[in-house]
Amino acid sequence: MNDDAPFVRILDVVKRFGDAPAALDHIDGEILGGRITGLVGPDGAGKTTLIRLMTGLMVPDEGKVEVLGFDTVTNAADIQAAIGYMPQRFGLYEDLSVQENLNLYADLRGLPLAERAATFDELLEFTDLKRFTARLAGKLSGGMKQKLGLACALLRKPRLLLLDEPGVGVDPISRRDLWKMVENLTAEGIGVVWSTAYLDEAEACDSVLLLNEGKLLFAGSPADLTARVADRVFKVSGIAHGRRQKLARLLDDDDVVDGVIQGEAIRLVMKPDTKPPTPDDGSSAPDVTTTPPRFEDAFIDMLGGGPGGRSKLAETQTPFTMEDSKPVIEAHGLTKRFGDFTAADDITFDIPRGQIFGLLGPNGAGKSTTFKMLCGLLKPTAGEGRVAGFDLRRDAAEARNRLGYMAQKFSLYGDLSVAQNLSFFAGVYGLSGTGKRERIQLMTDIFAFGRLLDMSAKDLPLGLKQRLALACAVLHEPEALFLDEPTSGVDPITRREFWTHINGLVEKGVTVLVTTHFMDEAEYCDRISLIYRGRSIALGSPDELKAQVASDKLPDPTMEDAFIALVQGSEEKEAA
Amino acid sequence: MSAQSANLESRAARARRFAALVRKESYQIVRDPSSILIAFVLPMILLFLFGYGVSLDTTQTRVGLVIEEEAPLTRDLAAGFQASRYFKVTVGRDRREFEEDLVLGRVRGIVVIPAGFTADYAAGRHPTVQVLVDGSDPNTANFVQNYAQATLANWERQRLSDGAGRPPAISAEQRFWFNPELTSRNFLVPGSIAIVMTLVGTLLTSLVVAREWERGTMEAMMATPVSAAELLAGKLLPYFILGLTSMTLCVLLAVFLFGVPFRGSVAALYALSATFLMPALGQGLLISAATKNQFLASQLALISAFLPAFLLSGFLFEINSMPTVIQWITLIVPARYLIPSLQTVFLAGDIWPMFTRSIAVMLLIGCVFFALAARSTRKRIG
Repeated sequence: MNDDAPFVRILDVVKRFGDAPAALDHIDGEILGGRITGLVGPDGAGKTTLIRLMTGLMVPDEGKVEVLGFDTVTNAADIQAAIGYMPQRFGLYEDLSVQENLNLYADLRGLPLAERAATFDELLEFTDLKRFTARLAGKLSGGMKQKLGLACALLRKPRLLLLDEPGVGVDPISRRDLWKMVENLTAEGIGVVWSTAYLDEAEACDSVLLLNEGKLLFAGSPADLTARVADRVFKVSGIAHGRRQKLARLLDDDDVVDGVIQGEAIRLVMKPDTKPPTPDDGSSAPDVTTTPPRFEDAFIDMLGGGPGGRSKLAETQTPFTMEDSKPVIEAHGLTKRFGDFTAADDITFDIPRGQIFGLLGPNGAGKSTTFKMLCGLLKPTAGEGRVAGFDLRRDAAEARNRLGYMAQKFSLYGDLSVAQNLSFFAGVYGLSGTGKRERIQLMTDIFAFGRLLDMSAKDLPLGLKQRLALACAVLHEPEALFLDEPTSGVDPITRREFWTHINGLVEKGVTVLVTTHFMDEAEYCDRISLIYRGRSIALGSPDELKAQVASDKLPDPTMEDAFIALVQGSEEKEAA
Repeated sequence: MSAQSANLESRAARARRFAALVRKESYQIVRDPSSILIAFVLPMILLFLFGYGVSLDTTQTRVGLVIEEEAPLTRDLAAGFQASRYFKVTVGRDRREFEEDLVLGRVRGIVVIPAGFTADYAAGRHPTVQVLVDGSDPNTANFVQNYAQATLANWERQRLSDGAGRPPAISAEQRFWFNPELTSRNFLVPGSIAIVMTLVGTLLTSLVVAREWERGTMEAMMATPVSAAELLAGKLLPYFILGLTSMTLCVLLAVFLFGVPFRGSVAALYALSATFLMPALGQGLLISAATKNQFLASQLALISAFLPAFLLSGFLFEINSMPTVIQWITLIVPARYLIPSLQTVFLAGDIWPMFTRSIAVMLLIGCVFFALAARSTRKRIG
């Protein structure tokens, strides 16, 4: 095999599981040495299956995969001796210490004893884990686990490194660290496969294989992909008020391919040779500038554009009176301690009616704890919370009746059918008789559940599960909506559709609290609280937070830049 | 020459991989509270339960005694019932007095000494008593019936030997060897050791493998040069040792705390136990190969290993009195071969012809399980 030959050759591969549509449907692709190849797509796109095929742990139904010149079916052992693989959740033994994990994988990979001390030293230095060698892997933070997982995969300098969603459950700082480490590896000629559902990660790869529902949409460099929407992406600013309504109108325009809210501006992708429409209401002309295209713009364009701006759900919503100025959701000094661990420390904010408030932070920062205290699922150690004026300690039941809750990973009953889930949640929220029937019928119409009513919820595709979860959360027309990581893992189209509904509801006076670790999702919020290690380290609108960290070097920071700078700032303050 | 050194090298690498797997597993066993719970705490609870709590001996069963004919002879027989240590007797004149008690379970049976008993006896006919029992609880009903008949027979013999009549034609005399007191603890405790090893061998093993699948560590290991056989062996050895350790603890408790006699040899004990762990571990591996989920694995292990070891092994229920089809099924329950052998080691001593047969059958079942497990454990996912 000569040096320029691709490390991995994927030849017309098909993989099926049961009767479901093919998980991989006639995929072709190549992975080269010395560069990072992104395996990109939403959950269920087929990324993990493709990686497992490369490891030889799975066999294709049709076609073949060649890794480093070996066939994955007949020569799996040769491949496994030459690759490093980090599965999702990193494949670490949580009840072994950092050093014991390293020893185990060193033995399994046959790292010669003579090389060990030096290799361990180098990897521990590289991953900055030297101080923690005696700590159990289960007690490491997400970012540290991920680094240890990487170290274990690198023990015997692999030629090909396969990383399955290494960026999940890890804070942006650790994610950046990891990226740098992996880039250093490519300099030594190692081929890296990095699978991800985050399109910002995809953008940074040298080349990508873009998958959606088992089909290969694109193979090549991200720049080639984004080039298809060059000069078609615009930023419409100067519309701080009413930007949600404006976006809804714009999305219904035939020339608009895609649009999202970005802080106080709107980002639009237009059809070729069209310009963003000027406002027809005669208001002051907004400021329209072209802006560099991103991976996601091109992805949506490739999928044929995002959904329209109308939300049937919002249209049927009875508006809440916007008159009273009292906040709908209030948190005052909310604190939660588990033993001597403070999960949330003195969190204070309030959300006026008809606004979206975001809790932004990495996993384990205390978002979910804060969130659970505010919907009455967790009793605060100190401080108080109110929803619609009801104190969560004294009138938890009243407060809960006024909020709709959509849990992380969609807390539906998988073994119940769609209709049964709707009926169950309607019952839980106290609907009955005609009222219940009408609401369920309405949800069925709005979300087009008609054909699916008898299907088990667990058999639905992820996007439909997410729709059903939203339907269940709004059955009783709540004043406040609590969304916990509502769109993690779903494809960008479904995500757009979801936010169209939420934006519509907010315009009708519904108040929304959302937790997310997606930086671009944070852009939809009116205000954000940045939660890090249990504390709120910054509070403000997305544009305010970005402005706080803007500098000459970084005049137009992204939300992620802002996050990283703010976290580092708070750490420096703490250290001082 | 170079081929040979490569061979040596790979053998060294294999040995190191195997040692690494065993070491990893041992750390996990020691650090994981659930392994300790299943291997040491649960066995102790079981032993205490069978040692102190559960007894299959009948003592002091409540019965109603109806004397329909007031006479010296019937009073004498009634005194015989009252003196029996198996019965706690309430005396009445009419069986209707006890009917409700029987239905409510306040008495377990009614013994009726019928009118005409004296006349029958005087006429040389065998006197009879009527025993009424609650058939919905056949075990107790049997006990009451048999013991009532025995009491009557005893009484009759007693009278004869007192010179009040002719000597009996034939009388059977029972004598129990090896467990003369018929203390059920003495055969329950050795039996429960088999149950304990089933728990460690099958339940714990299937759980830990399923856990590796759930946590994704199995996948990471499979993508290394380690072979499927090494993976399996690396799992088996630690749990084999754990099973024997757990068994040793049980035996020590049985002998020193419960005073169960130990008449056989330690060698026989370990030979039998070690062999039994083969099918137990094989079954655990087979279960974990079939399911990659801890909940399912525990259900399967309980139903396919623990319950059969309990119910179909002769541990609590006599195999001979089971329906024929069930008796066939018991043939593939490894515990059915271990339990009688263990009971023999404890209560009787070494009877090697019996042991070698048990060992052979258990090995055979073990081989079948291993063959099936090996066939379904490949380095493949899904």
